[in-house]
Amino acid sequence: MRIALFITCFNDTMFPRTGQAVTALLERLGHTVEFPQAQTCCGQMHFNTGYRPETLPMVRRFTEVFAGYDAVVAPSGSCAGMVRDHHRVVAAQYGDTALTEAVEQVAPTVYELSELLVDVLGVTDVGAYFPHRVTYHPTCHSLRMLRVGDRPLRLLRAVKGIDLVELPAADSCCGFGGTFALKNADVSNAMLADKMRHVLDTGAEFLTAGDNSCLTHIGGGLSRLRTGVGTLHLAEILASTEGDAR
Amino acid sequence: MSGADNVVWLGTPAFPEAARDALADTRLRANLRRATGTIRDKRLAVAAELEDWEELRETAAAIKRHALRHLDHHLLRLEKAVTAAGGTVHWAADAAEANRIVTGLVEATGEREVVKVKSMATQEIGLNEALADAGIRAYETDLAELIVQLGGDRPSHILVPAIHRGRSEIREIFRREMGEWGRPAPDALTDDPRDLAEAARLHLREKFLRAKVAVSGANFAAADTGTVVVVESEGNGRMCLTLPETLITVMGIEKVLPSFADLDVFLQLLPRSSTGERMNPYTSLWTGVTEGDGPQDFHLVLLDNGRTATLADEVGRQALNCIRCSACLNVCPVYERTGGHAYGSVYPGPIGAVLTPQLVGVENAASLPFASTLCGACYDACPVKINIPEVLVHLRAEAVEAKRAARLLPTSEALAMKAAGAVLSSPGRLAAVQKVAAFGARLVGREGRIGFLPGPLARWSATRDAPAPARESMRAWWRRTRTTGRDESPTTAEGKEAR
Repeated sequence: MRIALFITCFNDTMFPRTGQAVTALLERLGHTVEFPQAQTCCGQMHFNTGYRPETLPMVRRFTEVFAGYDAVVAPSGSCAGMVRDHHRVVAAQYGDTALTEAVEQVAPTVYELSELLVDVLGVTDVGAYFPHRVTYHPTCHSLRMLRVGDRPLRLLRAVKGIDLVELPAADSCCGFGGTFALKNADVSNAMLADKMRHVLDTGAEFLTAGDNSCLTHIGGGLSRLRTGVGTLHLAEILASTEGDAR
Repeated sequence: MSGADNVVWLGTPAFPEAARDALADTRLRANLRRATGTIRDKRLAVAAELEDWEELRETAAAIKRHALRHLDHHLLRLEKAVTAAGGTVHWAADAAEANRIVTGLVEATGEREVVKVKSMATQEIGLNEALADAGIRAYETDLAELIVQLGGDRPSHILVPAIHRGRSEIREIFRREMGEWGRPAPDALTDDPRDLAEAARLHLREKFLRAKVAVSGANFAAADTGTVVVVESEGNGRMCLTLPETLITVMGIEKVLPSFADLDVFLQLLPRSSTGERMNPYTSLWTGVTEGDGPQDFHLVLLDNGRTATLADEVGRQALNCIRCSACLNVCPVYERTGGHAYGSVYPGPIGAVLTPQLVGVENAASLPFASTLCGACYDACPVKINIPEVLVHLRAEAVEAKRAARLLPTSEALAMKAAGAVLSSPGRLAAVQKVAAFGARLVGREGRIGFLPGPLARWSATRDAPAPARESMRAWWRRTRTTGRDESPTTAEGKEAR
């Protein structure tokens, strides 16, 4: 299958290892992976903060760049959700029917990583090996916008060597919320404190999730407190093989 | 603000500042965590008992949509049915008009006091204060509302207005204040819940037996029969609705249902969503007046107060579906940590964050649509399927546009968004920024974490480390390792910039 990588601006700049892991994983599963160089951003930050006119060019660019692929994969439930749920809202607001049609064509081909693996490629055991104690945080947009359900957990359970432990109060928000973390920094920190307590309660070495933004927030707190708990995107665990040393 | 002054509490700081004070109150946070957690679990259990729960939600949302689409029609039917049953209907465009009507009705009876069943609509219009100005004392009879009133406080939850108070605080309030308002609290009052309830019972009984006039809200009104419904747990509402001679009900116009049969759906959804019970203990229904039984004089005040303006907004109007169950408050991680007072509004929590700015104008409550992480738990919990996150981002756009129109932009945020927009809509510019970031990462020295960020990002680094940008972006890595002319054919001008 010819799969386009939508790596998202944040991963592109801050976490290229996640994109590289998605590439390695999908190629290992025998698929052709492309990285359209003209891609930029889904526009979520602008959309969610109320800057609609600024969002429009990004929606337009996304639909142009990712038109015509069998599937587009994003290592971010949040960005995939933005494309699938909100791009049409932006197009409709500006009465751009051509753009709306283009969005309707492209949006259904966009998948979050676990959806692509389980639903489209029909695989839960991706042949990964990761001999560590891991706990999984289901990020809000994956959980409630995309409804990925237990797909990430099914993928993780199939990883060899892994000691997967349940995160208490897993489905409660970590408090990141994009610009919420800056606009309502105090509330964000209060939510983060509870999330970190739950992570520490598991005794896990690594916290994983399908979104590096939430992991940056939780991981930033865990690092500041010198907890020694690492954060790792789901893709990086799934891409790990017996040959890797971590 | 056109008569909506009471919906938002004037003088309350914007949400982030109000929240900071609330977060510092450890007792408040413990009370909230325990209370919302308990109701949350009960709600999930009783909702799961109904196999057709999702169908019920869908049906309820459809009935509400229909009722609101033909609101004028159903309100006129309601007026006709209430009048035919011997009641009188009054129309109030805003809070001031509603208060004038109710005050006039009470004055006409010659009474100087009224008993009240808990009502958000009368909170919204500030009725108690308006009555006090006319020399009329209003007694709240709902236990939590009584605690709030005696404490000179404001409600902080839709269903449990005194959720922020612990037992010992309630005991202190009762001992200190009850005597001022009527029968004092017993000398030996403990903070045992049964003891506290008994003190309230004795205090209130005196009021019920004396009252000639009552004021109520309404959970629903059926347009075909003119029947008004109040759903409650304690029986205090039942006393107010049956004992006095005159009953005045103040109801938001969005509460009308097309038919009595629609109650079938809502009376299943409401108690399960609000208290986690299959059925609430008291459901009172009354239709006009009945000779020799109950109040002989019934008035229904239909309150607009910003509702028709809300109805005009295609996205925002769904907030009028709200049946005030408070399920969204109980699942909201933001509410759980800040409590209701931080919202500075009669309607707190997620529903308040979407309803209040619409009732008073978004420019008058601009921080509320941002008081959410958009986690979506509220949408999942809402029995009438209000897509609260959708309305929140819609109102955020309106708040930003309102600032633009008032030429309050460019703020530093607007400038940052504009700059980010310019970078993020061009792969060439994005690649250039990534190069600078990668260079910065080398300066940071180690592959690691940054403990201090400048400017507005300092709020991030106050409590969290930040990752250093990658030394090589994904884009640069791909070009270095993968491009040999294969499948790299940018189709747009900006695409070529990236090369």
